[in-house]
Amino acid sequence: MATEEGKIDPMYQFEVQTILEGFSLGGQQIAFTNSAVWMLVAVAGLWVFMLGGMKRELVPGRWQMMVEGFTGFIDNMMEANIGPAGRKYAPYVFSLFMFILFSNVFGLLPVGVLGLHPFTVTSHLTVTGVLAVMSFSIVLIVGFAKHKLHFFSLFIPDGTPLPMIPFIFIVELLSFLVRPFSLALRLFVAMTAGHILLKVLAGFVINSTNAGAGYGVLVGIPSFALMIGISALELLVAVVQAYVFALLTSLYINDAENLH
Amino acid sequence: MPQIDQIALTYGSQIFWLLLTFGFTFIVIGLGMFPKIQGTVDARDKRIADDLEAARSANAKADELEESYRVKMEKDRGDAQAVVEASKTKASEAAEKRKTKANSDIATKLAAAEADIKARSAEALKEIEGVSAEVAQDMVAKISGAKVTKAAALKETKAALKHG
Repeated sequence: MATEEGKIDPMYQFEVQTILEGFSLGGQQIAFTNSAVWMLVAVAGLWVFMLGGMKRELVPGRWQMMVEGFTGFIDNMMEANIGPAGRKYAPYVFSLFMFILFSNVFGLLPVGVLGLHPFTVTSHLTVTGVLAVMSFSIVLIVGFAKHKLHFFSLFIPDGTPLPMIPFIFIVELLSFLVRPFSLALRLFVAMTAGHILLKVLAGFVINSTNAGAGYGVLVGIPSFALMIGISALELLVAVVQAYVFALLTSLYINDAENLH
Repeated sequence: MPQIDQIALTYGSQIFWLLLTFGFTFIVIGLGMFPKIQGTVDARDKRIADDLEAARSANAKADELEESYRVKMEKDRGDAQAVVEASKTKASEAAEKRKTKANSDIATKLAAAEADIKARSAEALKEIEGVSAEVAQDMVAKISGAKVTKAAALKETKAALKHG
């Protein structure tokens, strides 16, 4: 974690490091990176988790119950936000939710004690951006396929006075176009900020202890106590951000599916 | 911030691996596993709902049976009550009839007996009159030596008996 002797860089954890050179595609090097490793780890973990829910017993065991809790949660969310038509989007939103959730939580794992470097995939704008663009594309495709040009009436709320329509239309259109950015930035910023905070506090603990036992007690111990609290908060944020991403996606799909 | 500094260098591999892993997630887990698990849940929910429905209908049926049983019992009890009532009236009517008959029998018998008593007492009175007239005739003859006709004696005695 230290780039130079005695200096701790809290941003180092976000660096993408090439493990294998891979191949080149359209001028871009497609390398196998630590980011790819953690994506694969998240998917593998998710796959193992889901496998426990595939027993399909009439009376579920604990693991099956847990998996069914997640599937039922997303299913209910789609049903509540979109209606019966929403169930066909449930597999996508479920994949999104679980992928983000596992990436977030695996990025918080204290594998540092084993000498490994945890990497939070969702703290990268590229990753969250792709996910957000995917959700936004689904909204656009569904909206225009289902309502054709009538989809633009989404930008004029019911009961808008006639002279206000052009302004309202522009405002609503802008807020609609900002959606993918807000979706991507929200997750990226939430994950990044929490990880930086944890690393900065960890740096306090290390540097103050190195400076002497008195500093260690005065600065190190309160910082460490704060880290414990923030770690708990980060776990919460990891779950909440996955939920928010899935919830907003379902709300946006609802706009496309039902217009108003 | 490495996320931004490295973006030009790494976006290709990031997007490539993300599409690969998320594609796997979507196809294998989202499309493959999710509907099966949700199907299990739905099947279980349906089963529970059906069982509950069956229990509810069985309960309703039991209630219905109990109700019909109750109604039948009520009816039977009413019938029995009516039979009892009818036989009671019949019995009391018969008793009444017998009583009236017995009363009239007694009345006739009483009347006959009274008549008998009257006749007898009249007869006895006549006999007493006859005897006392004779006695009076004899007494008059013995005391005064006058001869009294039987008819006169009888007349006198009758008058005397009448005055007591």
